[in-house]
Amino acid sequence: MRWVNRRVRRGNSIALGAIPIAALLLLYLVLAAGRHAANPNDKILPLPGAMAEAMAALLFQPDQLSGKLLFWADTFASLQRLGLGLGISTLSALLVGLLLGVLPPVRATFGPLVTAIAVVPPIALLPILFIAFGLGETSKVALIVIGIAPFMIRDIAAHVAALPKEQIAKAQTLGASSWQLMLRVALPQAMPRLIQAVRLSLGPAWVFLISAEAIASDIGLGYRIFLVRRYLSMDVILPYVAWIALLAVSMDFLLTWSSRRLYPWAHGAGH
Amino acid sequence: MSALLSLRNVWVEYGEKVVLEDVKLDIAAGSFVSIIGPSGAGKSSLLRVILGQETPTRGTILLDDEPLTPECGPDRGVVFQRYSVFPHLSALGNTVFGLECAQAPFTARLFGKKRQAAIAEAEEMLAAVGLGDSLHLYPAEMSGGMQQRLAIAQALVKRPRILLLDEPFGALDPGIRADMHALITRLWRDYSLTVVMVTHDIKEAFSLGTRVLTLDKRRHDPHAPHRFGATAVYDLQLTKPKPGCTDKDDDGSITIDKINNN
Repeated sequence: MRWVNRRVRRGNSIALGAIPIAALLLLYLVLAAGRHAANPNDKILPLPGAMAEAMAALLFQPDQLSGKLLFWADTFASLQRLGLGLGISTLSALLVGLLLGVLPPVRATFGPLVTAIAVVPPIALLPILFIAFGLGETSKVALIVIGIAPFMIRDIAAHVAALPKEQIAKAQTLGASSWQLMLRVALPQAMPRLIQAVRLSLGPAWVFLISAEAIASDIGLGYRIFLVRRYLSMDVILPYVAWIALLAVSMDFLLTWSSRRLYPWAHGAGH
Repeated sequence: MSALLSLRNVWVEYGEKVVLEDVKLDIAAGSFVSIIGPSGAGKSSLLRVILGQETPTRGTILLDDEPLTPECGPDRGVVFQRYSVFPHLSALGNTVFGLECAQAPFTARLFGKKRQAAIAEAEEMLAAVGLGDSLHLYPAEMSGGMQQRLAIAQALVKRPRILLLDEPFGALDPGIRADMHALITRLWRDYSLTVVMVTHDIKEAFSLGTRVLTLDKRRHDPHAPHRFGATAVYDLQLTKPKPGCTDKDDDGSITIDKINNN
C-alpha cells in the first residue's frame, strides 16, 4: 500500500505523536546524565531533580523582596498582556477587516495604509512605543497589537472579499442593505476564519510578548527567563519554556475546539 | 405590447471586447424565456445585466417601464449554478433571511410574533419546493439538487417580479434534473412567475420555455473576433397547449441552425 493511502487510527495517532516527544526527553536525560557523570555541578543540562527544586522555590515560596509567588505572578502578568494584545487585535481585525472586505471604497482608502503598517517590522517600532507610552504595560500590549493586528486585518479582509460574488448578489436580491449584508452574511462567515487567524497569530504574539518583557519589565515569563540567564540557570529557563509551550498549546486547542463547537457548518459537518 | 421587462439597445463591452451588441428585447409578464447560445456568446452577461450585477455600457433596461438601477434588488430573484445559498445558515435560516432583511432594517433579525409569522411563511415555501423535512439542515449537509431547491425557495419567498436562473440545473445529474424541471414548471404556474433562464441544454430550453432566445454573433471579423458582440439571432415563440402539461419527448424535431457567415 502506498504511504499516501495509509490511514492512522485515532488511538495509534496519539501513540505515534508521543514517540518523538518521548524520544527527545530521553535523549535529554541521557545527555544530562552524561554531563553530570563528568561534572556533578554541571549547570547547562540540569537533571529533573534540580529543575524541580529550583521551580519549587518559585512556585511555593514567596519572593523575599516582593512577597509574591514569582512563577504565578509571572504567568499572570504575561497572560494579562497577551490576552489584552490578542483581544484588541481580534476586535480590530473583525471590525476593520469586515469594513475593508465588504465595502470597496473603504478598501481603496485604507487598504494601502494597512499594508504599509503590516510590512514594518514591529520590533523596529518598539523604541517608538517605549518613548511614546513609557516602559509600562501599554507599550508591551501595543507591541503585540502592532505586531499581529495588521496581519489579522488583512487576512479577514481578504477572506471576506473572497466570498463568492454570487452570494453577495443573492443577498441583495433578498433585500439586504450594506449593513445587513455585513451583519448577517459577512460577519458569521468571517468568524471561523477569525479564530483561525488568532491561532496563527499566537506564535508571533508570544514572540513580541517575550521580546518586550526581555527588554524592559520587572515581571513576566520572558523577564524571568532573561533575568536568570545571567546565572546560567537552565534549571529555571527550561521549565519556563516548557510552561510557555504548554500554555500556547492549550490556547491553540481551546480555539480549535470552540471553532468546531460554535461553527460546525465551517468544519464540513454532516454527510 | 406591454412588457414587464424591456431591454432597449443594450451594449456590454469590456474595454475593446464587445460582448453584447444592440440587444433589443421585450419580455412579457408570465413568460418563461430560455436563453441558449454557444459558450462566450454573452448569455451570462445578459443575465447579469438584467440582474443589476453589471451595468450596460450603453442602453437602458426598463422594469415595469421604470429604468432599473444598476444594482441587485428584491424585485429580481436569482438562482445561480453554485454559491446561491449561505453556508452558515440552515435551510430555514436561508429562507427566513429575505423576510428578516425587509422587516428589520437594523438588526436583520425578527423576534416574537413576527418571527413566528416569517418562519411559517418560509416553512410553507420550503414545503412547496420539497424541502419540508429538511428545515434544519445546513447546505453542506444537502445534495446539489436540494441546494438548488433551497436557492429557489429563498428567491421565491421574496415574491420577485422576475426570476433569473443562471444554468440552475447544469451541475445536477439527469434524474435529479428531470425532478427539478417538474418543480420549476409547477412553481412557474402556481406562482405566475416570469422566468428568464440561461442554459446550455437545448432540450431543457425547449421543454421548459415558452420562448427561446438564441444569442450569437451576427457578424464575425476573423482578424478581430472581439470587435463584434452577440445579440438575439433567433427568437422563437413556442405555442404550448398549457403550461406544465407539456410532454415534449419529441423535441428532436426542432433543430437549431448555427449561423456560419464566414
